[in-house]
Amino acid sequence: MAYVLRRLLEMVPVLLVVVVATFLLAHAVPGGPFDKDRPLPAEVKARLEAYYGLDQPLPKQLGNYVVHLAQGDLGPSLKYPGWTVREVIGSRIGVSCALGFVSLFVAVLIGVPVGVLAASRPNSWLDRVPMGFTLVGICVPSFVLGPILALVFALGLGWLPPCGWGSPEHFVLPALTLGLITAAPLARLTRGSLMEVRSLDYVRTARAKGVPPLRVWFVHALRNALLPVVTYLGPAAAGLVSGSFVVESLFDVPGMGRLFVTAIINRDVMLILGTTIVYAAALLFLNLAADLANAALNPKVARGR
Amino acid sequence: MKEPAVETLAAESGWRRFRRDRAAVWSGWFLAAIAAVCFLSPWIAPFPYMEQNLAQSAMAPSSAHWLGTDLLGRDVLSRLLQGGMISLFVGLIATAVALVLGICYGVLAAELGGRAEDLLMRGVDVVSTLPLTLVVILATVVFGQNLPMIFLAVGGVSWLTMARIIRNQTRELRGSQFVQAAESLGQSRWGVFRRHYLPNLAGTIAVCATLTVPGVMLLEAFVSFLGLGVKAPMTSWGLMIKEGSDIMEECPWLLVSPSVVFALTLLSLNFLGDGLRDAFDPRTSRK
Repeated sequence: MAYVLRRLLEMVPVLLVVVVATFLLAHAVPGGPFDKDRPLPAEVKARLEAYYGLDQPLPKQLGNYVVHLAQGDLGPSLKYPGWTVREVIGSRIGVSCALGFVSLFVAVLIGVPVGVLAASRPNSWLDRVPMGFTLVGICVPSFVLGPILALVFALGLGWLPPCGWGSPEHFVLPALTLGLITAAPLARLTRGSLMEVRSLDYVRTARAKGVPPLRVWFVHALRNALLPVVTYLGPAAAGLVSGSFVVESLFDVPGMGRLFVTAIINRDVMLILGTTIVYAAALLFLNLAADLANAALNPKVARGR
Repeated sequence: MKEPAVETLAAESGWRRFRRDRAAVWSGWFLAAIAAVCFLSPWIAPFPYMEQNLAQSAMAPSSAHWLGTDLLGRDVLSRLLQGGMISLFVGLIATAVALVLGICYGVLAAELGGRAEDLLMRGVDVVSTLPLTLVVILATVVFGQNLPMIFLAVGGVSWLTMARIIRNQTRELRGSQFVQAAESLGQSRWGVFRRHYLPNLAGTIAVCATLTVPGVMLLEAFVSFLGLGVKAPMTSWGLMIKEGSDIMEECPWLLVSPSVVFALTLLSLNFLGDGLRDAFDPRTSRK
């Protein structure tokens, strides 16, 4: 418990650094949110900037922002008049979360069994063929796999809608793209760590004392072998985040990834900041969760604390 | 102060092991070939990569245009070579940036030791959980989407793993007898770094660098794919894949050729990196 508390406290300075860094970067982005094809009259622009507090010195703006942030207020959006950043993000985050979790689920569902299968018959074709595929999976980025899947399943076979959002079918291609990309490293990791664990003494002991082979495999070996896999889920989530930028633009999914990219293109400083902070916080929490899950699974870690 | 016999022996057996790894060797040759044609593209490309010929726009592959033409009638093969040059260039320079940062940070942490080291390494752990892609995107947009900034931004977030590995190795070296001997003979820290750390880290650094290149190239392609990296009329593989995926229904060849070349390059880099690691990393080579 004290450990969780310490980790949570540790997040505060980290997030603060993220806020300051993003704030400075976002404000340094050339071009302002009120620059349009036809320039606004100077006094209108000045009024707008005064309204949003953009005319104040940068340190003061930063200070204001942090104070508001501490109260859970992410400020107004500059490009969606009348919306606060919180509302804009709130309207998108559900979609991204759903997509993220389904993808992660797909990844684990494919990656771990493939890894186990490969490790059960090392160096046979059961090992070589899937591992060859995972190598390809690592090298084919989401923005290559996504269009190829769309080309085959949507435009070629016509089984699925090529893009859009709203019905369960729309989930399939984006989630498959993200899931397959994440499944590849998961499978390799599972295989590698199973191979390592399987040669350890305690597994040999279990086998020697007559535990049925399948039980040794799944109960004794797999539990320990999954530790690095669980730890990897944290970074995998980070990969999903960046993958979601691509996938959401490709398949026209109204999620946070696309929001971030449009925010940058629109120079919507507040929205850039808001999304970055939400992402950073989410990833920090996910990593903490992965570490905790690891501790729960690993008797060594649990006793150490 | 050289100990040639042992050193060359180790290196020689490393190379022998490497040569036995057929996938790695072939990958090496493939990469050399790709790099050669890309970097020679200003001289050997069949057409200037920017030359537009609207009369021949969106043509499927033919004998005149081996990989077809894009919507503006530009030769895809020529653009592929030019884009490859940019992508490889980013891969190499950004990796160099990451190398310098990673080595400095890792060695510094190991040298400082104690609390400072813990703090520095904890910092690396924390930073590596952050959404660094966002930072790269922001940085390239802020600093104007020009090549040097892309090198710096991409390299600036890719050194974390390197720092970790270098620090672990340096710690081991630091406790070893020959370093202690050098220290007791009064060699300066810089001397120890140059004479003992660097030569002994060289293998690790080479392996790390090879394995960093694909990640770096992926990051550049990713940012360019979102339209926030390399800018037209210049191109990179990421940007070409983006342009291809926009109109893949009508002109699939615009998507296929850059995707295939990009994926093959990344695959070879991974094979090469793994091969080098297996051959030269003392911890894995004994298996």
